[in-house]
Amino acid sequence: MSDLPPYPPLDPTTYDLIIVGTGVPSSILAAAASSSGSSSVLHLDPNPFYGSHFASLSLPDLTSFLNSNSLPPPPSNTHDFLSVDLVNRSLYSSVEISTFEPETLEQHSRTFNIDLCGPRAVFCADESINLMLKSGSNNYVEFKSVDASFVGDSSGDLRNVPDSRGAIFKDKGLTLLEKNQLMKFFKLVQTHLASSSTEHDQTAVKVMSEEDMESPFVEFLSKMRLPQKIKSIILYGIAMLDHDQDNIEETCEHVLKTKEGIDRLALYITSISRFSNAHGALMYPMYGQGELPQAFCRRAAVKGCIYVLRMPVTSLLLDKETGGYKGVRLASGQEIFSQKLVLDPSITVGVESLPSLTDQQKETLRVLVPKAVSSKEKIARGICIIRGSVKADISNALVVYPPKSLFPEQLTAVRVLQLGSGLAVCPPDIHALYLSTVCGDDNQGKTAVLSAISTLIRPQVPEDLQTDSIAENDTAVTKPVVIWRALYVQELVKGEFGGEISSTSSPDGNLNYNEIVESAMKLYEQLMGNKELFKEETENTAEEDDGDGVEIED
Amino acid sequence: MKPDRNKFSIEEPLSLSLDRSRDDFQPLSSTSERKMHGRPRKAYKPEEEAASASKAAKLRSLQTQFMSIHHHKIYTKEAIDLSRKLLEINPEAYTAWNYRKLAVEDTLSREESNQDLVKSILDEELKVVESALRQNFKSYGAWHHRKWVLSKGHSSVGNELRLLDKFQSLDSRNFHAWNYRRFAVELTNRSKQDELKYTEDMISKDFSNYSAWHNRSVLLSSLLARKAEGFTPNEKIPEEYKLVHDAIFTDEDDQSGWFYHLWLLDQTVNVETPLLTSSWPSHGSCINLSGGDGCLNDSSSSKLTTFCSDLGSFPLILYFDQPVSGVSSSTVAVDSELRGNEDLVWEPVSNKNSRVSCVWVARLNYMSSEPCFPKEYKVKVRIGNSPGIVSSRGCNFSTPYEFVFTAHVHDTVREDSQEVIVSWTDGFDIWDAQSKDLNFLVNLDQQMGLKWRQEAIEEEIELFRALSDSKIGKLTLARLLMAKAMISENGVKGVHYEEILELYSDLMVLDSSHYRYYKDEHSVALLHKVTSSTESLSRYLFQYRDINNSICLRLNNLSLSRIASVEKLLFVQMLDLSHNELHSTEGLEAMQLISCLNLSHNRIRSFSALDSLRHLKQLRVLDVSHNNIGEHSVDTTRYLCSSPLSNSEWTEDEVGRQMTSLVTKYWDAYFVLRDLDLKQLDIAGNVIAGDEFSSFVPQVVPKLVWLDGQKLRS
Repeated sequence: MSDLPPYPPLDPTTYDLIIVGTGVPSSILAAAASSSGSSSVLHLDPNPFYGSHFASLSLPDLTSFLNSNSLPPPPSNTHDFLSVDLVNRSLYSSVEISTFEPETLEQHSRTFNIDLCGPRAVFCADESINLMLKSGSNNYVEFKSVDASFVGDSSGDLRNVPDSRGAIFKDKGLTLLEKNQLMKFFKLVQTHLASSSTEHDQTAVKVMSEEDMESPFVEFLSKMRLPQKIKSIILYGIAMLDHDQDNIEETCEHVLKTKEGIDRLALYITSISRFSNAHGALMYPMYGQGELPQAFCRRAAVKGCIYVLRMPVTSLLLDKETGGYKGVRLASGQEIFSQKLVLDPSITVGVESLPSLTDQQKETLRVLVPKAVSSKEKIARGICIIRGSVKADISNALVVYPPKSLFPEQLTAVRVLQLGSGLAVCPPDIHALYLSTVCGDDNQGKTAVLSAISTLIRPQVPEDLQTDSIAENDTAVTKPVVIWRALYVQELVKGEFGGEISSTSSPDGNLNYNEIVESAMKLYEQLMGNKELFKEETENTAEEDDGDGVEIED
Repeated sequence: MKPDRNKFSIEEPLSLSLDRSRDDFQPLSSTSERKMHGRPRKAYKPEEEAASASKAAKLRSLQTQFMSIHHHKIYTKEAIDLSRKLLEINPEAYTAWNYRKLAVEDTLSREESNQDLVKSILDEELKVVESALRQNFKSYGAWHHRKWVLSKGHSSVGNELRLLDKFQSLDSRNFHAWNYRRFAVELTNRSKQDELKYTEDMISKDFSNYSAWHNRSVLLSSLLARKAEGFTPNEKIPEEYKLVHDAIFTDEDDQSGWFYHLWLLDQTVNVETPLLTSSWPSHGSCINLSGGDGCLNDSSSSKLTTFCSDLGSFPLILYFDQPVSGVSSSTVAVDSELRGNEDLVWEPVSNKNSRVSCVWVARLNYMSSEPCFPKEYKVKVRIGNSPGIVSSRGCNFSTPYEFVFTAHVHDTVREDSQEVIVSWTDGFDIWDAQSKDLNFLVNLDQQMGLKWRQEAIEEEIELFRALSDSKIGKLTLARLLMAKAMISENGVKGVHYEEILELYSDLMVLDSSHYRYYKDEHSVALLHKVTSSTESLSRYLFQYRDINNSICLRLNNLSLSRIASVEKLLFVQMLDLSHNELHSTEGLEAMQLISCLNLSHNRIRSFSALDSLRHLKQLRVLDVSHNNIGEHSVDTTRYLCSSPLSNSEWTEDEVGRQMTSLVTKYWDAYFVLRDLDLKQLDIAGNVIAGDEFSSFVPQVVPKLVWLDGQKLRS
């Protein structure tokens, strides 16, 4: 920090809301709060980039972010307030980074935009997309479709996820009867959704009984006489479940009810037809996921939110008498005051300052006090920079390995997202491959991720052995080669509302942002009272002429 | 903070824009469907109504101006611009398109040599069409005008296909665009194979694209017909089955695939080249002939079935698997020792006055002037040795075929037999026919037993059993099983007629709105079953003692609604179809030997429905009692006949002159009965029956002896 230029003092020094960290939930809050028109918002981030744990970074930046340790708090001296030191606690463990071709990376060093929270893609009908459209931040991001999705197994075969009428028609792997069964199931879901959208209509025929809706989804699928192959595709390739649904007794806490399963299918199905120029359910923002928080931040800035990057918050300022929250001290030494404060999930109170606090003060800080981690689960993530593609002729693709598909002990699904230069995240002919799986401990997660990696890609072989191994195994030649690899395990932190001081969520283990967006919206409600999140103010997109005419050009 | 952004090629990124018309929840239907079809019409708001009223007023004045310039044949630039304006608002103004054609012709006639000008004029026309199509993509006038411009030799055909690709990506099923595509493709000489590939692409984008499937069938038909390389039916058709299976099994509620499947089935079952299905007399058969009025009550008590005719001739019947033309003495050679048959006249048997028919008949004389002794004559028939027999699709009868039969001519026994009334209750003997005899009678020459067809159908049957829960699945399975029955060499083996009948029975219950179709198909299947083997057929065959042991087929009480399989029944002389559900006698015209026909207790509603009987020259006894003839005052089948008022023929014959009012009243009965040489008619139990009609009938049918069981002349 010593090499940074001296900070110019901020003005004004009092705000309604200070938000620290520019991750997706923080950025949504900032945009929403500034759009409400009645709040002044200061948005800070200790990092020199937007996005916090949701950022897209160059490879060196990513490496240093993953390895960053908590900074020792500078000595604080204030007389007017009680000062509590804040520390930045790393969410990452077991970080392991290997570079196999430094010269290739050097050559393209500026062309990587690598996501910290990968693999992540958005459904076209995602809540995050609705929010972008509603807030107008869609004007700052462009998306492209993820071309294909597959379900894989240990043999290395990737089979298409037949997720639409057209895809079922074209699928080569399904028998005619399976096509028929799958389509019938989709239609049933569709009829169910159509009938439930005209709800409270007593005459409407219930396509699925209440009983069915409460039963485990996997049992419902069996009841529909769907074969195992198709069940697995639906559960893990479409509904994007993490936990094995087949051994219900063992994993009872993770069993998905039919109702929830149907909701997940509905999201997928609506996504497919949402945008005329998208083909498929999923899409990905150009230049990386880091563009999403940035888009919300830009929206917030337009609405008057003040942004300061490279500005860590070193301590909290509490009222000496009441113990109530007053403001924060910045790394620049300046003291800034606000009604409310929202902090990044990695910020906690320094352990050494805890014992001296009164109960009253602890109550104010309660969301920051490290407690026994509520969720035992973590996310193991992997990033591989590879030359070649996991599937010929396809650049952007999602691959799902259902539980037990890679090795018998595999407990959770591993999701893999390959992205190419068309998305401006890496140089041509090179792909970024993201992997993740939910895990109970670091080892278990890394084992699953590594297993998926070894199924999909070829390790770097020392020069002298190379020719032999190629001759020995022909199929290996078509597999891509790894150039750079990162493995890390990320802690899951849930956002919390704490009155004056609240915190936001860390990236979760899902493919999309729906749960994160939901929690951000809930937090906004709690912070602002029941104020509407983004009034419909941005109808600047021209509606399509819905006449029968078409554009004709020579 | 994002360096080098421009270094990447960025192809059509996806920006989010909310498209309200797509928000309705229709996830799995095709894009084009949502875009173009099934959207409810919104009610107009008052301001919209006002706007449309002012638009109408503007349009009217424009129209008036335009009609005036059109009327005065003014082809100035201003005038032409006016027509353009009109067409831009209303592309349906056909007169304006015609005016533009005249205007272009006018300029072209004066400036023909000026190539640049011609080109610019035609370009201008294409532009007008384009803006009209932008207004209304489905404007017939605009599309036609475009064709007209191209037919003027405008050289931009290559552009047209590019333009069409754009159109068709917007509305992939629009039939105007597809029609125009076929037209443009013809002009460019683009290969049919390329077009076939195009339909494949369109289908893989959206397999509900009926237009693409249709175009595929058109292209394939043409490629198969001209035997293009790699396009033999036995290779291509099974491939096509595979393609359409994916569509049908993915979404069995979508019609497009089923239509195409039906087309494929048709290609599988039907052979392009016409074939002779059957004949009477059949190959190797032996017929007994006796002549004159004495044919009734033959004194000889032998059980020999004898054909006799007061006409002194017998019909030679050829039955083809599809309508053909060109059957004549030059295409069919008949060698016989029977005298007087040097110039045979072949006549098509068809209800329409066409020269195309499945059934062709020539009459061979066998009455000799000198007293007859039983004598044996050999007759040899050779078909197709010289070309000329052509199917309605234009395919030649190409497999020459020869058959021989023997005719025994018996002595005539003269006896006044006109008194005898034919009864449908007595006088029938079980015909203890040897199956050998029947084999001769129903000898079918199946020349098309091609292996791939049978295999393809067999595979289809296996597959579609899985879909037989749905109506269309049941129907398709029934059709496939029927197809199997039709192309299996030996009609009996492995054909599940019971299953077919059951499927149609199910369908009649499940889908009552198409009851009559299923009922008809059920009848067809039942008749196929009856005629499938000599064993099953002989159960329905009898001999009628009183008329030379005539062969009588009794298909009563089978609830038949349609007649079928007549090609296997050409030998039948008496036919009992009573107590069925027949609406018409269509199909019976092929059974040229019928002399007695019982249609009592059926659902015949008018004499027009008996029209096909006029071809049965042998028919003497007809029972149409207890039908619905005359029940409906407005008889729709009448419209198929020429109006009696436009036909002056009847006023010229004697009956017509004498009984004008009755003929006008009973004109449909008159036109049918007039051509029937009946001796016995039963008409009771119909609405039309009554004293007036009973008095009318003998006038029209002078030779009638028995009417409703009453003897007319003593």
